[in-house]
Amino acid sequence: MLKKNEIKVGDTYSEKIVEDLKRTQIVQYAGASGDYNPLHSDDKFTKEIAGYPGVFAHGMLSMGMTGKMLTNFVGDGTLKKYGVRFTNQVWPGDSLESTATIVDIKEEDGETLAEITIETKNQDGITVITGSATAKVG
Amino acid sequence: MSKIKMPVEKSHIMMFARSIGDANPKYYEEKDENIIAPPTFIQSSAQFDPDYFLRPKIGGDNWFGSGKEATGMKSSGSGSGGGGAAMGLHAEQHYEYHQPLKVGDVISAEVKPGKSWEKESKRAGKLKFSESVTEYRNQDGELIITATSVGVVTEKPVEN
Repeated sequence: MLKKNEIKVGDTYSEKIVEDLKRTQIVQYAGASGDYNPLHSDDKFTKEIAGYPGVFAHGMLSMGMTGKMLTNFVGDGTLKKYGVRFTNQVWPGDSLESTATIVDIKEEDGETLAEITIETKNQDGITVITGSATAKVG
Repeated sequence: MSKIKMPVEKSHIMMFARSIGDANPKYYEEKDENIIAPPTFIQSSAQFDPDYFLRPKIGGDNWFGSGKEATGMKSSGSGSGGGGAAMGLHAEQHYEYHQPLKVGDVISAEVKPGKSWEKESKRAGKLKFSESVTEYRNQDGELIITATSVGVVTEKPVEN
């Protein structure tokens, strides 16, 4: 858990959340989550029917990996809110780095909360996720 | 009203945590009471939706992914089956956490339709957005997570 006297607005935390994303990890996510959309595992369908260059990651896999950075930063079981927009697709071979920034620290209903913005970028500096989170602070 | 009844199980949490590459030991604890779930784990409630459209059905012959052909959909003549250029993508996902998910909980879901809107884009033509709000409750009817999902159907594949 973040400590009130150890954080300030503007603090950031970054983590590499995946290096050279493998197709197999995308399949793993399909199996665990139950989302078997062929766009994520079926190259033939994705190229010939959907018109994309090949399979790409579930948005929710990118959100899940970004969540790993987030919970490593704010601690387990402290999240009140976590939300994202998927701004660009994530492809096999991509390497992603995710950053959290504290933008506000406030008191609400007797709790101290940190408001956080989130951005995940690929190896070319393209933003694939923007988001925000609210976490309890100790 | 969805028919989801999701038992929260430790092996499922373990598999989910592995799939997002998260080695946090809290996701792999031996004792049920020590386990917590990753923040996006509830998404896997799709496993427990009997009608989930992104899972091939046992004995079903209408799965739209490839077999011999690029789409397994039987041609209906309407031209609408199997996607084509208009494909649904996930645009946004938001969670509000009210209480922690616990191993042994049985979670039910109630889905409420939200707003819908349209937007023109350079990269994918006309975009049709639609929102749904899902309330996940435990076996005692207590609200655990509220999830807001925004889907988008693009006029053509997104240019990269």
